Amino acid sequence: MKVLVPVKRVIDYNVKVRVKSDHTGVDLANVKMSMNPFDEIAVEEAIRLKESGTATEVVAVSIGPEKAQDQIRQALAMGADRGLLIKTDAEVEPLGVAKLLKAVVEAEQCELVILGKQAIDDDSNQTGQMLAAMLGWPQGTFASKVSKEGDKLSVTREIDGGLQTITLNLPAIVTTDLRLNEPRYASLPNIMKAKKKPLDVKEASEYGVDIAPRLEVLKVTEPPKREAGVKVENVAQLVEKLKNEAGVI
Amino acid sequence: MTGVLGFNTTRLASPHLTPAHEAWRQTVRTFVDREIMPHVNEWDEAGEFPRSLHKKAAEVGLIGVGYPEDLGGISEDIDVFHSMIAAEELSRTGAGGLVAGLMTHGIGLPPIIALGSEDLKRRIAPSVLSGEKLIALCVTEPSGGSDVANLKTRAVRDGDHYSVNGEKTFITTGMRADYLTVAVRTGGDGAAGISFLLVETDRPGVSRTPLKKMGWWMSDTASIHFDDVKVPVENLIGIENQGFLGIVANFNMERLSMSAQAVAFARVCIEDAAIWARERHTFGKPLAKHQVIRHKFSEMVRRVNATSAYLDNCAWRVKNGQSPISDLSLLKVQATRTMEFCAREAMQILGGAGFMRGHRVERIYREVRVMAIGGGSEEIMNDLAARQMGL
Repeated sequence: MKVLVPVKRVIDYNVKVRVKSDHTGVDLANVKMSMNPFDEIAVEEAIRLKESGTATEVVAVSIGPEKAQDQIRQALAMGADRGLLIKTDAEVEPLGVAKLLKAVVEAEQCELVILGKQAIDDDSNQTGQMLAAMLGWPQGTFASKVSKEGDKLSVTREIDGGLQTITLNLPAIVTTDLRLNEPRYASLPNIMKAKKKPLDVKEASEYGVDIAPRLEVLKVTEPPKREAGVKVENVAQLVEKLKNEAGVI
Repeated sequence: MTGVLGFNTTRLASPHLTPAHEAWRQTVRTFVDREIMPHVNEWDEAGEFPRSLHKKAAEVGLIGVGYPEDLGGISEDIDVFHSMIAAEELSRTGAGGLVAGLMTHGIGLPPIIALGSEDLKRRIAPSVLSGEKLIALCVTEPSGGSDVANLKTRAVRDGDHYSVNGEKTFITTGMRADYLTVAVRTGGDGAAGISFLLVETDRPGVSRTPLKKMGWWMSDTASIHFDDVKVPVENLIGIENQGFLGIVANFNMERLSMSAQAVAFARVCIEDAAIWARERHTFGKPLAKHQVIRHKFSEMVRRVNATSAYLDNCAWRVKNGQSPISDLSLLKVQATRTMEFCAREAMQILGGAGFMRGHRVERIYREVRVMAIGGGSEEIMNDLAARQMGL
């Protein structure tokens, strides 16, 4: 079973994001970029499936600028077998990503795609679901446990009420939640070995799909500053404020 | 925390770093954040860190970086910058004792790698590089440190073994070490009478006493007494009376590494002081808006930048096979003076908050002296440099 893992280059989770002064977006100049943490979990899960003999090959794919090769190399250093960069400097929305991934899945003949449930930059949480719909494959989203049972995939999902375990026919789509696993470190020997693993680069235009954005960003602003709280003297005052100031009761 | 004046932004971009270097930095960063940062204060107060950390560090490549592959190290396509990144990222903890205690093999092992027989290397290096065994370097004695040529611990050959008598002190990781790389006198006076011997710490006659220190609390330090310790001649590291070469084998990497650490500690000071200066309000405005305070940041950043550029240049020359002894000596002085300056200024900015235990700057302030003295004091470094200049 060949597994495809998409990885996205995003602003590192430690960076305090700043809005550009012209309000057209967030400032990316000299900002540390990393692999989307949910994607790291996806890579780890795919490698575990390979180590347990369930998967035969793990392919990491990224859609983004030339520098996104760094994130693919990280996936290779963790244990993925080869990489594919679909190069574009344009912003690609989840629908465009899903279209490109569909083309890759068909070209590569993958049986399983493991994606992060969302990317921490736009928090869309759409790509996996869209890809499943386009391919007509079953999906197990927000996975906290994945195992192969016979020719099916058992996926435990994190849902509002607790956990839900579903069984999927393969081929399938899985999206990862935080508690699925703890990604391994890319050790120094494996970082050096990853330099020699194959990494293909293709232009997004080669796939012949429409990835033009459907959304127009009008303005990006900082969230309003939180104001300091107040201490109330007693319950009566609390009720009064909830009623008249907050308007919640 | 990142942003302007954060640990990341006060690192000058280096033309020598490749994506593989940056990937390595990311691995060490994550390792430090997960395995070390949450415990660092607790370990420092307890005066020790778990021995299992050595193995964990070895698994990601921190212990083996730069050592030969056939001995369990990682050397293919590895250069001095990989080692410096390790030192720098470990120093982000602001705990010098962690770096000293975790990376002691960085001074204990190179003499064996440089001079030791194949048998000795195979017997010792793989277990050290996998983090199972700890090795310490024993040079300094109660009667002298920098004056290596006059050391007094004596090893007398008697058939198939040496008999070792004497005392070593200020030995980092001396209490926990399984192996000691010991400089001993086997011949006459001066540098030409010195050899290196590997001494296992479980040999009868080895006794150790822990020493309490101003800083580096989580790394243990020992006085080690050798009382008629019998050591087989196979444990001789290299050729008898040519041990001085083994001491020299450490110098380049030790000075580069300590300089990288010192600059990183200085950057930690800037980061913590900047967070505080933006938050703390006095006289109706943030500390950072007072000219007398913000000029301190300019001074700190200026020194860190200059030192970083010097560090980069020296490392690049070492990478290319040079041995710029004079500049490496001056670099160490420059780096520890920068650390000293930034620790002082950051402490002035932090005020009482920085004086409290558990603050990174408080610890760094206490650890300025060991950085400026250990691995070659400022005075020795400056004099060595001057002599290299032909004065």
